Amino acid sequence: METTLIWLIPLPPALAFFLIVLFTNKSKMLSHTIGVGAAALSWLGSMYVFYKAITTEHFSGFASSIPWLPTGLTPDKWFHIGVLIDPLGAAVLFFVSITIFMIFLYSVGYQNFGQPDGDHDRAGLPPHGATVEEHGHKHVVPSVEPMYSRFFAFLGLFAFGMYVLVVSDNLLTMFVGWEIMGLCSYLLIGFWYGKPSARNAAVKAFMTTRIGDVFMLLGISYLYSVTGTLTFREIFTEETLHMLAESTTFFGMTVSGFIALLLFIGTVGKSAQFPLHVWLPDAMEGPTPVSAMIHAATMVSAGVYAVIRMFPLLTADYTGHGLTTTMSIVAFIGAFTALFAATIAVAQNDIKRVLAYSTISQLGFMIAALGISAYIAAAFHLVTHAFFKALLFLGSGSVIHGMEHGVLHTGNHDVDPQDMYNMGGLRKKMPITFWTFLIGGFALSGFPLITAGFWSKDEILADAWAHGHTAVFWTLAFAALLTAFYTMRQITLTFLGEPRTKEAEHAQETPWTMTTPLVVLSVFAVTFGWVGIPEHFPVLGGLVPNWFHDFVGHTLHEVPEAVEFSIVPLLTSLGVALGGLFFGWLAYRNVNSVSEDRLQIPFLKNKYYFDEIYDTVFVKPIYWFAENIVYKLMDQQVINGILHLFGPATDGVGSFIRNKFDLPFINRLIGDGSADVTYWFGGKLRAVQTGRIQHYLMLALVTFIVIGVVLYIFVLA
Amino acid sequence: MTGEQITFLAVALFTLGSGFMVVTSGNLVHAALWLVSTLFGVAVTYAVLDASFLAVVQVVVYIGAIAILFIFAVMLTRKDMRDQGPQMNKNWWFGALLAVLTFAGLFFLLQGWDGMSRTAAVYPSNFDAVSELGNALTSPAGYVLPFEVASVLLVAALVGAVYVAFNRK
Amino acid sequence: MVPLSWYLIFAAALFSIGLFGVLSRRNAVAILLGIELMLNSVNINLAAFWRYGKDVTVMTGQVFAIIVFAVAAAEVAVGLALVISVYRRRNTVVADEINMMKW
Repeated sequence: METTLIWLIPLPPALAFFLIVLFTNKSKMLSHTIGVGAAALSWLGSMYVFYKAITTEHFSGFASSIPWLPTGLTPDKWFHIGVLIDPLGAAVLFFVSITIFMIFLYSVGYQNFGQPDGDHDRAGLPPHGATVEEHGHKHVVPSVEPMYSRFFAFLGLFAFGMYVLVVSDNLLTMFVGWEIMGLCSYLLIGFWYGKPSARNAAVKAFMTTRIGDVFMLLGISYLYSVTGTLTFREIFTEETLHMLAESTTFFGMTVSGFIALLLFIGTVGKSAQFPLHVWLPDAMEGPTPVSAMIHAATMVSAGVYAVIRMFPLLTADYTGHGLTTTMSIVAFIGAFTALFAATIAVAQNDIKRVLAYSTISQLGFMIAALGISAYIAAAFHLVTHAFFKALLFLGSGSVIHGMEHGVLHTGNHDVDPQDMYNMGGLRKKMPITFWTFLIGGFALSGFPLITAGFWSKDEILADAWAHGHTAVFWTLAFAALLTAFYTMRQITLTFLGEPRTKEAEHAQETPWTMTTPLVVLSVFAVTFGWVGIPEHFPVLGGLVPNWFHDFVGHTLHEVPEAVEFSIVPLLTSLGVALGGLFFGWLAYRNVNSVSEDRLQIPFLKNKYYFDEIYDTVFVKPIYWFAENIVYKLMDQQVINGILHLFGPATDGVGSFIRNKFDLPFINRLIGDGSADVTYWFGGKLRAVQTGRIQHYLMLALVTFIVIGVVLYIFVLA
Repeated sequence: MTGEQITFLAVALFTLGSGFMVVTSGNLVHAALWLVSTLFGVAVTYAVLDASFLAVVQVVVYIGAIAILFIFAVMLTRKDMRDQGPQMNKNWWFGALLAVLTFAGLFFLLQGWDGMSRTAAVYPSNFDAVSELGNALTSPAGYVLPFEVASVLLVAALVGAVYVAFNRK
Repeated sequence: MVPLSWYLIFAAALFSIGLFGVLSRRNAVAILLGIELMLNSVNINLAAFWRYGKDVTVMTGQVFAIIVFAVAAAEVAVGLALVISVYRRRNTVVADEINMMKW
């Protein structure tokens, strides 16, 4: 029963996509009903499966597979695909289904359902407001998105991709889901395709993640060629892992390490780690629910999920003393990215960009945790991060919506509703948004005890300290400090103080379809941490069993042991969280404009000029190559040249045949000739027709005599 | 040479000579009159053959009607006196050749037939040929059908001739 | 004792003469004269065969000859009517000049 349900979970969003695209595109009401309904159905299914998973004694997974590709002689030797929900999968399914459902619901309000059509809104551009006459005077209200149904269709496809990735039991269908999400990120980032910046961002996202995907595919192929299977349970058997860990390949790495590295590069692209991080900030061009979906709940989480999934492969040759090559690379990239992104976030003024870099940074935390073999900590942080980051993104969308209301009110379209320096004092105007955003921000910073972020981040730091990875520990600690700092900066500039512009003064709270998801997610952001309280935590540890550790730990063959408690990581994490928050508030409570902000260092603000570097080193040469070599030289000159030979050649042959053969022989000799001969014969023969009856009689008689003679000679005689 | 044979030869020569004059006579009226004599010779031949009824019918019908008809036709078409000029075709020699060939062919074919030397049976006495002929012509066991059809043919010819030659003014 | 062959040869000769007349005469009426000769020769043939048949009491030959009479009469009537009609129209009875069916 559960396995059937698991097969069915990805279905409603896919069906929603097809139905909306084919049938209900014109009706906004039907489209969002189908979309939200589908998300709700998948959520219900996921909840049921999750419930069943957590209530089963010694749960090890629900699995079902079917033979699919005939790669062997008998069906049991065929390539199988199927579904698997083991404890890790159940936990991931939990947060994925809730966040997707919330985002769908949120989108109804975000895309302004129920509002009038805009004055000059066009499909492909963001809506710009509609003039409405009310009580005798006109004012501008937000208008409904022209491509409303399309949005829900794409969200449905996206959800489908994510569900496929989560429920699959093999690398192939996981990769399928991975690529579907890549496509949808392109479609959704470039949703407002009328804006050149959106188009470019979409292409950039797709291209960058594609680079990662190529390596991932290489890894998958290599794995298949070595082991002959892609199903997780078959790869993660003792013998296979042992075999992979023993044999060596390029660069002296073990096969398992090399494959894990290739697969990891896919994650580097998908989860926007350094050096493939450049697409994620630009991806803020898409509508905010998209940002929440892609960059919090699903897509980037998928990257980390992939590494968590392949953890046994990653650590196949790890003996517990000293990280392997691959793990070192993973840990380094994770920690470096965490710090790197946090430094950039400090200097950003766009509310969504701060969150974008924050996402990159937090993903770095998770990757670093995996690199140092902190399996449970990474998984835990993945789940909690999904909740509070989705909350923060949706909250920022709510803020932007409120600001846009103000912009429409004043009519001053030069004011950027996303710039934090145009905000301020929004806590009074948008209270629900303020409180939920505060909860999310505190969770992100790791505010002690009452936020989920504290528990998960603390566990990573504790694990790093306990196993002696000090470099990673201090890097992550410093990144956590910066995280708290810029988060508080963001909250201060946006909500606290007084409104800095007229638009901020006229902001107003957003409708229930947008605030309800915020509230729901904030509940999880607070409470989810309490399912993972470490055993050895002072006072609180041991009161509540560390359910998360036990549950998810059963995914691996050996449940990882609980981390020993040490006061250093706890104090560090308390210090950086509270300290960062305090300093952030302190530094920014009186800052009222950009010029007063002392952290607007150009190097940070311009993201270390990475975009410019990539542009010069990679993009421009490739464009030059494409334009000049491939297009002008190969296509136009060589290929077209060959083709242009065909035309005259055929023409020549045709003319030759026509003039030398067709005309003289067929036309003149045979065609005209037969006519002429017949004509000549006719001319000669018609002399017989003299019209004179005696001639006819004579002729008849001659013929009669001749026939008679012939008959007589040949027949009678 | 029995008397029969001499009779026959005389009649045959007479008929053939008249026939020759029919086809070679310059004057068309003369030709028509020679036709009369030819027909008369044929009637005598029928008589020699003991076909007395045929002989009488020949005289009455052929000479009495058809030959007269010819003379009428000749008279009605005499306007330009063209019957005085040369009466033969440009290619009369070819016609002659063909006639000779035909005769030769027929003669040759007849030679090969063994019934050629048959002689006539004795004519039965008391044989009423005419009533037998009448019986044959009118009895259903005989030839009443061709007889009737021939009468229809004559009606058609009558109507046709009248219609064709009718002078619409 | 006249053998049958004499009658038949006689009829053949008369037929040939008639044929000559048909083929060689200029005047249309003269052509019809030739046709009459041919028909008569046929009749002679028929009568001879009647007389020289196995059973003289069978009148088939004579019946046939009677029918031929009727046909010849009909044919002459119609033929001459046609000649007269043509003469009225084209003012000629010379066969060579009645050649409108020429190519």
